[in-house]
Amino acid sequence: MHEENAPPAPETLLPLPEAALYILMSLSDEDRHGYAVIQDVAARTRGEVRLSPGTLYRSIQRMLEQGLIVEKRERPAPEEDDERRRYYRITPLGTAVARAEARRLAELVRLARASGLAPQKA
Amino acid sequence: MLHSNSFYRLLLRLYPSSFRSEYGAEMLAIFAASMEAARGRVGRVALALRAVADVAPNALRAHLDVLRQDVRYSARALRRSPGFAATAIAVAALGIGATTAAYSVLDRVLLRPLPFPEPQRLVRVWEDQTFRGYRELEVSPPNYRDYKAMSRSFGAMGAVMSVSLNLTGAGEPRRIDVSGVTSEVLDLLGARPALGRLFSTTDDRDGAPGTLVLSHALWMSRFGGDPSVLGKSVRLNDEPTTVIGVMPPEFSFPKRTVEAWAPMRFSESDFQERTNFSLQVYARLRPGVSLDAARAEMNGIAARLERAYPKDNAKTGVTLTPLQGNVPAQSRLLLTALFAAALGLLLIACTNLASLLLARAVARRSEFAVRAALGAGRERLLRQLLTESLLLAFAGGALGVALAAVAVPLAGRLIPESLPVGGQPGVDLHVLLFAGALTALTGLAFGVVPALRACGGSEGLRESVRSGAGRSAGRMRAAFVVAQVTASVALLGACGLLVRTLWSLQKVDPGFRTEGVLTLGTDLPMPRYLKGAVRDPFYDRVLSEARAIPGVTAAGYISFLPMTMRGGIWPIGLAGKASEAESSRTASLRFATPGLFEALGVPLRAGRLLADGDTLASPYVAVVSESFGREAWPGENPIGKHFFFAFEERTIVGVVGDVRVRGLERRSEPQVYLPHRQMGDDRLPWFAPKHLVVRASVAPATLVPALRDIIQRADPQIPVSDVRMLSEIVHEDIAPRRAQARALAAFAGAALILAGIGIHGLLAFSVSQREREIGVRVALGAQPRDILSMVVQHGVRLAAAGVVLGGLLAYGAGRAMTSLLVGISPADPATFATAAGIAVAMAVAGSLLPARRAVTLDPVRAIRAE
Repeated sequence: MHEENAPPAPETLLPLPEAALYILMSLSDEDRHGYAVIQDVAARTRGEVRLSPGTLYRSIQRMLEQGLIVEKRERPAPEEDDERRRYYRITPLGTAVARAEARRLAELVRLARASGLAPQKA
Repeated sequence: MLHSNSFYRLLLRLYPSSFRSEYGAEMLAIFAASMEAARGRVGRVALALRAVADVAPNALRAHLDVLRQDVRYSARALRRSPGFAATAIAVAALGIGATTAAYSVLDRVLLRPLPFPEPQRLVRVWEDQTFRGYRELEVSPPNYRDYKAMSRSFGAMGAVMSVSLNLTGAGEPRRIDVSGVTSEVLDLLGARPALGRLFSTTDDRDGAPGTLVLSHALWMSRFGGDPSVLGKSVRLNDEPTTVIGVMPPEFSFPKRTVEAWAPMRFSESDFQERTNFSLQVYARLRPGVSLDAARAEMNGIAARLERAYPKDNAKTGVTLTPLQGNVPAQSRLLLTALFAAALGLLLIACTNLASLLLARAVARRSEFAVRAALGAGRERLLRQLLTESLLLAFAGGALGVALAAVAVPLAGRLIPESLPVGGQPGVDLHVLLFAGALTALTGLAFGVVPALRACGGSEGLRESVRSGAGRSAGRMRAAFVVAQVTASVALLGACGLLVRTLWSLQKVDPGFRTEGVLTLGTDLPMPRYLKGAVRDPFYDRVLSEARAIPGVTAAGYISFLPMTMRGGIWPIGLAGKASEAESSRTASLRFATPGLFEALGVPLRAGRLLADGDTLASPYVAVVSESFGREAWPGENPIGKHFFFAFEERTIVGVVGDVRVRGLERRSEPQVYLPHRQMGDDRLPWFAPKHLVVRASVAPATLVPALRDIIQRADPQIPVSDVRMLSEIVHEDIAPRRAQARALAAFAGAALILAGIGIHGLLAFSVSQREREIGVRVALGAQPRDILSMVVQHGVRLAAAGVVLGGLLAYGAGRAMTSLLVGISPADPATFATAAGIAVAMAVAGSLLPARRAVTLDPVRAIRAE
């Protein structure tokens, strides 16, 4: 089904849906399974953002297709592993896209700040 | 906890199964964990609600993702085989286009309610004289007045009489078709004017100033759509008349040809004749009154009137027919047949497409097997294939609707003119919805079987692509081909019967000779021409001048030309037999001038023709048609016999040949011709001769300017209308037949082409499947002739099966269409033999290319290829 051969330029995938950026952030320090992503995102945002399972897995499906993440082949030690769980790892393309998105957002904030619409840097 | 899990499992079913099998378990686990963490019943209920709000929109998006992917993938796959895609789209377009076109006509005539509010309460009122063979007879003015006064079932009742009037004072004088209506009629229909007002009771009064409501078409053509037309004065048959309103374009009543409406007025003298069946009476049932109750009441009234007027109203009842759905049985049958033909064509198109897709699916079996091995589920592949067929169907559907948009106005001829259905049929929203549904259905119908076959379980990789799958798909395609030939033969047979009907009608003798005859209409405006002393000089002058034109061999005037007016039927009273009113014999009445029979070419059989000496001063005479004498005095010479007709006792002086007054298809009443000078004054002005018939030895069209000039000089206020060759009138009479035969022939032709494509496709496929076998045969010494006959025989065998089944179907269709057939039996062997022959020839033609390929096959390569 994935017939595109060369990976697309990161910019073509911008802007990234918010959920996708959270997922990429969460996977950037370690491989995680779905539930762990939800918990990690909640922890990062001090409980502000709770990804719903529907949003999470649909995002994961799209990100797999776009090649931003991959499903991990090797599993953790059996005693830690729950059979049902699949682990995901960020790809180099995923990292590049997350960086590009962060740059885009930073630029956006810079412009907003210049217009007096955002607080000055502390 | 358990049932909360099954609740979530149920929710997960909203997802595409590929998504569910991938992520369902994890999502369920997360939900279960959250449930455990939730506090109290309220918390759990809130969580469940949140789950619904989360799953529903995401599941929908997941479906859209899959769809988007499938569409992209299908479009790419189709681009890679443009020949296949183009064929499939063209085939789908043909099927969908034909069905959409047929439906849009069917919808307009049979399905859609009449364009009036509460149309089911509208009825037509008729006099019933079944004893004379007329169950639905127009109503005489006095009976109309009594019905209206005595009945309680109707909220309103009104009368209509269509006339042609001369419109002057707005450009060139012109004859227009006007519907004379009493003031109730337009109101009871629920009609609203686009401009101005409709008639009120003050317009109805005898002697009120003349008023006129224009049709939208007349307003546009004659008055340039100018809104200031209201209040404008024109002259209708010399009467000053004020335009008071314009109807909207879609309004049409009582038939489509009406150009304007004028009030119909009665004078006391109109109410004297109870046997003058001249009014079309319409009524609207009072709310809550059923048609049956109204019928019962009207039967009682008819019985009372029969007692009151035992002579005129003898055995006269009342017939009520609903306006809604009152489509002539022939038109209904024809449209149904047409729609059935379109469905037959659609069936052929669908089987053809299914066959094409099946071959493609078999060819792509290894591709699917590989994809299945890579983890694509069966449901996913099925969806993919269905998306492809729907994509083809919708491309074909769009093209088909475009085809229908072109074809539908042509099919408008199939709508009977007598229906109050305004405007031309077209492709509107209603029809588009139908086409859309049809397209989706078509896509599924021809997509499902190949898709199921292609994803036929797990045997995918194991089964050899060449042998098993190919053979069973081949069998299915063979069945499709048989179905296609069956439907084509049925269509060809039905079409053949209609064509034969047309031919046999063309051979019917109309009773007159059409070559070199020109006809035109000159309506004498009443009341100016009510007196014979005014009328007769006009005829004399025009006829003598016309006869003086070089090349003119005969000229005469008649009340109405045959086939243009089917009415004017009067009862015949025979001396010494039952009274005129009770007589069950009728004849059509026409007044004519000398020279008319020579001009029409109606042969004299006995006695003499009408003569200049037949005047009011001489005895009342008549010339009758052969059938009149034969029926009234079998075996006797009718010359010199007397009969009562149109108020007087008349003596037969001549017998002429019968004329098909009612057209080539229908039985006509015997004809009675009366001398124009014996019309008298103020009597039957409607019958005043108005059609001039001129026979010439030169090209008749060259006479038109001279004739116009003669009439212009005789009376500049009289417009010349309906300038036509007599042959055109006969041509027009069977024009609907020609349209029917053409429509069905178009369907049958398309069906034949599609079936040919089907046979060709199947054989090409089967040859490619059997390359190895053919190679082996050739290597073992089979001659090209053997190979050729093997392939062609395969095609002919399938065609033969289709011919047998199609023949049976065609016979059934012919039986159902019996009332549409004239001069031919529904089991006509020549028609069926022709249909079968054409189908077999088509099968042979379809086999030729694949056969050629089989013959030119290189056996060495074919055997090595495996």
